[in-house]
Amino acid sequence: MMPPDLGRSGPWNRRPDANLLAGVVICLLLVVLAVLAPWLAPRDPGVLGGAAERLAPPGAGHWLGTDVLGRDVLSRLIYGSRVSLLIGWLSVLVAVLLGTVVGMAAGLGPGWLDRVLMVLTDAFMAFPRIFLILLLVSLSAPSVGLIILVLGLSGWMPVARLVRSEALSLREREFVLAARGLGMPPWLVAWRHILPNLLPTVIVAATLRVGGAILAESFLSFLGLGVQDPVVSWGLMIQQGRQHLLDGWWLATFPGLAITLTVIGYNLLGDGLRNWLDPRTGGGRNG
Amino acid sequence: MRRRPDNLTLWFLRRAAAAALLLWLLMSAVFWVVRLAPGNPLDQMTSEGMSARDRQLMRAKLGLDEPVGIQYLHWTEAVLRGDWGDSISQHRPVRRILAEAVPATLLLTVSAYLLHLVLALLAGVAMAVYRGRPLERWLNVAGLILYSLPSFWFGLMLILLGGVKLGWFPLGGMHSPDAAFMGSVAYALDTLRHLVLPVGVLALGSYMGTARFLRTSLEDVLGQDYILAARARGVPEGRILLHHALRNALLPVVTQIGLHLPFLLGGAVVVEAVFGWPGMGRLTIEAIWSRDYPLVMATTFLAALLVVTGSLLADLAYQLLDPRIRMSSRAGRT
Repeated sequence: MMPPDLGRSGPWNRRPDANLLAGVVICLLLVVLAVLAPWLAPRDPGVLGGAAERLAPPGAGHWLGTDVLGRDVLSRLIYGSRVSLLIGWLSVLVAVLLGTVVGMAAGLGPGWLDRVLMVLTDAFMAFPRIFLILLLVSLSAPSVGLIILVLGLSGWMPVARLVRSEALSLREREFVLAARGLGMPPWLVAWRHILPNLLPTVIVAATLRVGGAILAESFLSFLGLGVQDPVVSWGLMIQQGRQHLLDGWWLATFPGLAITLTVIGYNLLGDGLRNWLDPRTGGGRNG
Repeated sequence: MRRRPDNLTLWFLRRAAAAALLLWLLMSAVFWVVRLAPGNPLDQMTSEGMSARDRQLMRAKLGLDEPVGIQYLHWTEAVLRGDWGDSISQHRPVRRILAEAVPATLLLTVSAYLLHLVLALLAGVAMAVYRGRPLERWLNVAGLILYSLPSFWFGLMLILLGGVKLGWFPLGGMHSPDAAFMGSVAYALDTLRHLVLPVGVLALGSYMGTARFLRTSLEDVLGQDYILAARARGVPEGRILLHHALRNALLPVVTQIGLHLPFLLGGAVVVEAVFGWPGMGRLTIEAIWSRDYPLVMATTFLAALLVVTGSLLADLAYQLLDPRIRMSSRAGRT
């Protein structure tokens, strides 16, 4: 097998592939949608319609129909992107920060600390994630902040393992040994030489986790354990549409499509970024 | 490459002991977290008109009036005897509730696992054989979409399409209301009809990961010398694929069963909630809603037990089936 051409090895010299571009486009569009929601949405997502406007099917007045209270589904969909992205990104940020700290401490610290932290990681991973999420969510009244915290606290373990193994291999590299040999204090070595080299791995891992976090939020909201009514969330919209599968198929259908598209976007972005930053590990479109 | 442990039994016992310790730590943590959290099972059971005295009696009956430390000791002692206590919301032993829910979840997850394996096998082989051709591309696209679907929504859409519009499948549950009066064949067929949609959702949502894994493993094997040798001997390509390559490529896939368990269980929670399947996932959600401590503890423990046992068995399967794989309690982690 031919080794990949690493001669001009900077990512900027490589052409990003079509998957990455598609991912970037989808994710950017979503950000635009979320930021410009008040200007893009045809109506106020909370304003109630008159009796004639309730459960109206998709048509000229309301492109994607209205719900039982006469609220415009398209506008709610556009506003819903805000909650999905906010919770997706912030919860992953919590998970990645926690995972990086734990992973670096385990990989660079003394042996006993490594053992303790890995046992802790294993213990958290012994629950199927959804059990952990349900357990933590039940501890307090549902709110956006709680969901971010819960998704973050239940998602740091794979990041910690990844960072640890990466840190273990980095600490044996010549430039790290040289810095240590020159008397640089360990924390400074970690900050200056290990952390910057961990970044690509961490960024890819974070991007790949956003899709999962958005899925988890929508499921929680669907169960009624997540975002609560005045706030618009796609999962909540599906839950409200569930009672009207017979007389209002559009209520549950469109938010589901929105979630799917968003998750596809982040999966493409994450996969594409991984292949772009480090073509050796990806091997084409292998996951 | 590390060497094989000299004594496999000893290795296994040490791993098992570590797993048991992990479970105990875990359950103790869950116990404390659940007890110290706000909210209380009495909220669901008592009404405004109830006197303070009755309230106190009820607390005492549930053992909630003691200090949490004492409750913990009682609980540990009871669990060691195999007694999970009575459910607060359902007023019957947790053991009996679980005895009803666990088989339902097993039926769902085992069927889903088998279907997912079949799909993964077909897709994985097709991707390896048609590498770089349009079919591989389409399989990848299909896999990406299926993998990104929110499974609860996918389930709802299948109910809308297959249940409501076409009327082919029931809208949820595990049996028809009149199932008790059916003969055994009709009963089995009835259950099967209820199984199709939830199993479909679980298997379609998860086969892609395994298919990609199988594809990579198959491409590795196809590059080996003995495949070249077989080709040189003029063995037909189809036979090489099925007989020589697939058998060896499947090994790492099958040993992954244990690692696949958390995903199956997690998926079952989602699917059970949508289809009203009377299994552990739905039970857990209901138990958490009603702050039914004994039931929450039991279902969480069971889930953790399955996951820990699964990863232990996956390690053991590696050790037993493939002597080339690195041996050590930490293999596969680093």
